Amino acid sequence: MTGGITSPEAGWRQADGGPSVQRTGKRRRRRGRGGRGEVAMVDDVEFTSYYGRQIVKTPVWKSPDVPLYLFLGGAAGSSSILAAVADLTDRPTLTRVGRLTAGGGAILSVVALVHDLGRPERFLHMLRVFKPTSPLSVGTYILSPFGAAAGATAAVELLGWFPRLKRFGGVVAAIFGGPLATYTGVLLANTAVPSWHAAHTQLPYVFGGSAMAAGGGISMAFTPVDEAGPARKMAVAGAAIELAAMHEVENDHGLLSEPFHEGRPGAFMRAAKACTAAGAGLTVLAGRNRWGAVASGTLLAAGSLLTRFGVFEAGIASTKDPKYVVVPQRERLAARGNGHVSTVTR
Amino acid sequence: MTTISSASAAFTGRDPGNRLYGPVPDVSEQAGYVEEHPKRVGFFTDTSVCIGCKACEVACKEWNTLPMDDSHGKRDAIGLSGMSYDNTGMLGANSWRHVAFIEQSRAVDLPMPTFGRPGNDRQDSGPSPAVAGDDVSLANAQQSVLNAEALSEFDPQTGQTGADKQIRWLMSSDVCKHCTHAGCLDVCPTGALFRTEFGTVVVQSDICNGCGYCVAACPYGVIDQRKDDGRVFKCTMCYDRLTDGLMPACATACPTQSIQFGDLDELQALADARLATLQEQGVETARLYGRDEDDGVGGAGAFFLLLDEPEVYGLPPDPIVTTRDLPAMWKAAGKAALMMIGVAATAVLGSRR
Repeated sequence: MTGGITSPEAGWRQADGGPSVQRTGKRRRRRGRGGRGEVAMVDDVEFTSYYGRQIVKTPVWKSPDVPLYLFLGGAAGSSSILAAVADLTDRPTLTRVGRLTAGGGAILSVVALVHDLGRPERFLHMLRVFKPTSPLSVGTYILSPFGAAAGATAAVELLGWFPRLKRFGGVVAAIFGGPLATYTGVLLANTAVPSWHAAHTQLPYVFGGSAMAAGGGISMAFTPVDEAGPARKMAVAGAAIELAAMHEVENDHGLLSEPFHEGRPGAFMRAAKACTAAGAGLTVLAGRNRWGAVASGTLLAAGSLLTRFGVFEAGIASTKDPKYVVVPQRERLAARGNGHVSTVTR
Repeated sequence: MTTISSASAAFTGRDPGNRLYGPVPDVSEQAGYVEEHPKRVGFFTDTSVCIGCKACEVACKEWNTLPMDDSHGKRDAIGLSGMSYDNTGMLGANSWRHVAFIEQSRAVDLPMPTFGRPGNDRQDSGPSPAVAGDDVSLANAQQSVLNAEALSEFDPQTGQTGADKQIRWLMSSDVCKHCTHAGCLDVCPTGALFRTEFGTVVVQSDICNGCGYCVAACPYGVIDQRKDDGRVFKCTMCYDRLTDGLMPACATACPTQSIQFGDLDELQALADARLATLQEQGVETARLYGRDEDDGVGGAGAFFLLLDEPEVYGLPPDPIVTTRDLPAMWKAAGKAALMMIGVAATAVLGSRR
């Protein structure tokens, strides 16, 4: 008989002693930087699987298409908001930079999204229905008007035509900019991918914060320092939100937080945190210096991009090991108290 | 004709109680078939009589002209999985039925016959009947028993290996569950996935644009993309055959009636009876999987009688449709978007010129 919550009760084990019954492995890790000595333990649990094969499918979304889309959409969305508010308070250079970033990001993100489709020539099929249950459908109806408005605004900004239309387009883009940056969190979370779904209320904040860090950082790098105050403030606030929300994602979900710490996704996340924190710090210290602004803006954008890659890859990793499906679901059943049908004998 | 919604039951307003999860009395009606429509059909796969012949897999491939693939879904590749008699490996774009094969052993504490001196086991029951002349026959008996034991050591037919192990084979034909709340259908942004009048879930391949969202959304890992084609494919419960009044190919081919096809309510009654019979006979490990309408997907259109925990067969023990949590996600995204506007506005207004 085996004692783990996930093991069959009748004592049946895979005959060849193969990977049917596995252990999740014991690991200790330090929680965050502040909590030195505070240790999060992921219990070592025995669980069963079908020859160690994965249960849910690994998403067929391509890298770097999708992480890039998440990054570009976020940066474009937050820049459009910054540009609209800067326009209202008469900051012409910041407005211009924000609009160009938004327009460029919008167009590139559409390219990334369409390129990721298995049948790119059919991207218009997404406009034949509207489904609130499909974040990709909702996202299509966010990205389309945003792309049109931000692209047009950026174009007239370059050409210098129709100043009033430009302001209107900028406001329309800003309205869709926030949802464009945060819906992507729902896009990833509304899946059976264990580590994404577990963080379903946190990912929108991670991506929203990350978007502001990137948008603020890029705007800051291209705007004269005395006009870039708002960009710096938004970037630092965004970086703080990104780091705080990501800390929760990385520590709140027990076993499902594990992929954010290990292997490639773990390396991405560590690099992302280093870049974002350094970028935010440098912004505060040297953001009023031209080259300081460029360096810190670059660091913040890189941090945002690395966060998207890290979150994306962590989800991918969580689909490849059946333990991330079986163990949390077993724990859920045990908590409900009715899950374990008696399986004694025969 | 009423519009047949490819949207989930959610947000149609017809079923305010269970739009995203929970039992739904009539999935077809909820999907828009408000007029006359056939009853919901399904599969009941009774794994206790599955013999692992894979006739279902072959029939499915034949009828649906599915290409060959290996156990990792690689198309036009032939290869052994190296893990068991199961070389199909998993459900995927080209395998809509998958027969799982598991060989298990367990330690048994059966009252094995003892071969000590005769009478040893009867010491308390009077004088021993053994006399000196029996020693030779005793040795012969011991020898023959040992031989028989040695012979049976690797014989799965006897159900025993050696003295203290039992072997059993589990076989189960897995298939798309045609969930009441289907994650794939909920997240499909083109409407390529839709609910049929039979209550099943089918992909329209002329609409699918290969976004791959359904692949990530299925809690069972059923639907998958053909890499060379770009579109996704999965079991249709032989929609073409159903419309002509025929049984799906797999159920038709199954030689042991392990795969039973029919109206879902009848199958559920059948399954309950079968479970009761098995439990009466002492098969206490028998349980139904996907039968409970209060489970995370609102009950499955294709459900199973299993002889071990679901994960032993590669099934998730407690699948929940991801869209159950979607309202909470949208709320978080909305709040996060407002937060962005707030931060940007504060940043601009709070900055000196």
